[in-house]
Amino acid sequence: MSALLEVKGLKKRFGGNEAVSDVNFAVNSGECVVLAGDNGAGKSTVIKMISGVHAPTEGEVYFDGNLLTGKTPQGVRNAGIETIYQDLSLADNLDPGLNLYLGREKVKHFLGLPFLDRAAMRKDAAEVMKGLGIEVPDPSAPVRDLSGGQRQAIAIARAIHWQAKLVIMDEPTAALGVPEQREVMALIHRLKEKGVGIILISHNLPDIFAAADRIIVLARGVVGGERKPSETNDEEIVRLMMGAAS
Amino acid sequence: MANQQIGASFLRSLLNAWSWLFLVLILGFFEIYAQIETGNTFLFRTHNMQSIAIAASQILLLALGLTLVIVAGHIDLSIGFTTGLSAVVMALVIRWLGPDIGWLAVIAAMVVGILAAVVVGLINGWLVAYLNVPSFIGTLGTYGVARGAALIVAGGATVSIRSDEARFIGNGEILGFPIPVITAILLAIVCHYVLTYTKFGVHTYALGASRASVERAGVDVNKLLIKLFIISAVTAGIGGLIYTSRFSAGAANAGEPILLYAVAAVFIGGASLTGGQGTVTGTVIGAIIIAVIQFGLVFSGLPPYWQFVAVGLVIIVAVLVDQSKSKLTGGRT
Repeated sequence: MSALLEVKGLKKRFGGNEAVSDVNFAVNSGECVVLAGDNGAGKSTVIKMISGVHAPTEGEVYFDGNLLTGKTPQGVRNAGIETIYQDLSLADNLDPGLNLYLGREKVKHFLGLPFLDRAAMRKDAAEVMKGLGIEVPDPSAPVRDLSGGQRQAIAIARAIHWQAKLVIMDEPTAALGVPEQREVMALIHRLKEKGVGIILISHNLPDIFAAADRIIVLARGVVGGERKPSETNDEEIVRLMMGAAS
Repeated sequence: MANQQIGASFLRSLLNAWSWLFLVLILGFFEIYAQIETGNTFLFRTHNMQSIAIAASQILLLALGLTLVIVAGHIDLSIGFTTGLSAVVMALVIRWLGPDIGWLAVIAAMVVGILAAVVVGLINGWLVAYLNVPSFIGTLGTYGVARGAALIVAGGATVSIRSDEARFIGNGEILGFPIPVITAILLAIVCHYVLTYTKFGVHTYALGASRASVERAGVDVNKLLIKLFIISAVTAGIGGLIYTSRFSAGAANAGEPILLYAVAAVFIGGASLTGGQGTVTGTVIGAIIIAVIQFGLVFSGLPPYWQFVAVGLVIIVAVLVDQSKSKLTGGRT
């Protein structure tokens, strides 16, 4: 079976600095691959080359068998890859429905004039969130009134609603309390059940072991090792993150 | 616990409606004052209401477009002299075309006047969007440039005109409503529609909350900013056209005394300097509050300078109300 996403020989040079070199890995549908590594290991650079923000100096990315490299961020998103950034890219002053549809709002026409269909967007948002096991108390309230876990769920709902086949999550639990971290882990498992591939960026060991099907450790811009959670332990992962040879 | 929650949500809705309450309060104050002092009514006299409506509409023409810019998290100080520039340009075009071609001259002059405003808006938008100049500084620059340009084309003087058509637009009435007031009402409806019911409006709110959120949603933020500054300049420009029509003369400083009142109206109406909040209905109430204070103080025979003190105090109250609102929402703002 061919993989959903294939990363082949990615290299990125900034000026004379080689940030990332010779990164290879694959992600299958319904699988969660964790990109682990210390700060500055090159995790974000790899992600940005996948999501179209940076063009790689060398190497290609294939998605669903098609070449992805060279597409704009919008093109990558249209192909079915949604990136959820740490700040979640939510507009805090808008309700979940508008956040779900931001940039692609639903409108209805009245006397020839377009009017936002807020009610329909709210209903859709509540439905998608329900599918993630999250009940929004007041669908018309701005998302700043929601908990960290619920806000994360909106960002994930956005990915699901627009039929993303691969979701990239950047440190999703970084700013959350313990119960909310659990909520997010549960969300990741539901995404997997829906057959969505996930790349999770993290340097938090409990998260890594709770979510990963495979762990890819980056150290100083190269892949330090690839492990299954069942075949490794905290100690080894830390050692790999510190850059010890595998 | 439940009681506390009900109390807090009641307080919050009270704070949301404070500008309405405040308006009712000052109207009530002036009514009672008038009854006691003169035995006459303040509220139920057409002349008073018309004067307040005209004063409010002058403020509104500058404040309406500004509301959208402030919701987006920016500010447009240039509107004070965009108004003046449009006023002078319209007057000059009417003079140049002569009084004989009537409506055609007035309409042509208005189109050119608006185009002058659009140029200012384009420059503002370009500075803020593409050159990343903070809007406060950028529009302070164009404030000076527009002021100079208006004075230069006007030769430093007021440009008086003779046009019955223009005078009708500035002073005529339709069904008892002064045309400047009708203009402001129509423009308020258009701006309310744009901000509340269109994609453009949602993107404006989102931009005020988080630039990244709109950018990553695939919206061209630079184009959005340019459109916002053009809207702001155009409503201010319409203010200039009304000024020239009303006084049969275009003056470079036509909008200058109203600029701060316009900014104040937007903030009294519930907007925040950090962006992401504010409404057109709020701005309308804000403008009416200022107009009532202005006219009411004159009406009650107090020295007119008290209006500056009163409006200043209302602005401070507006900010305090905004802050206590965010405290009530648990500091999550």
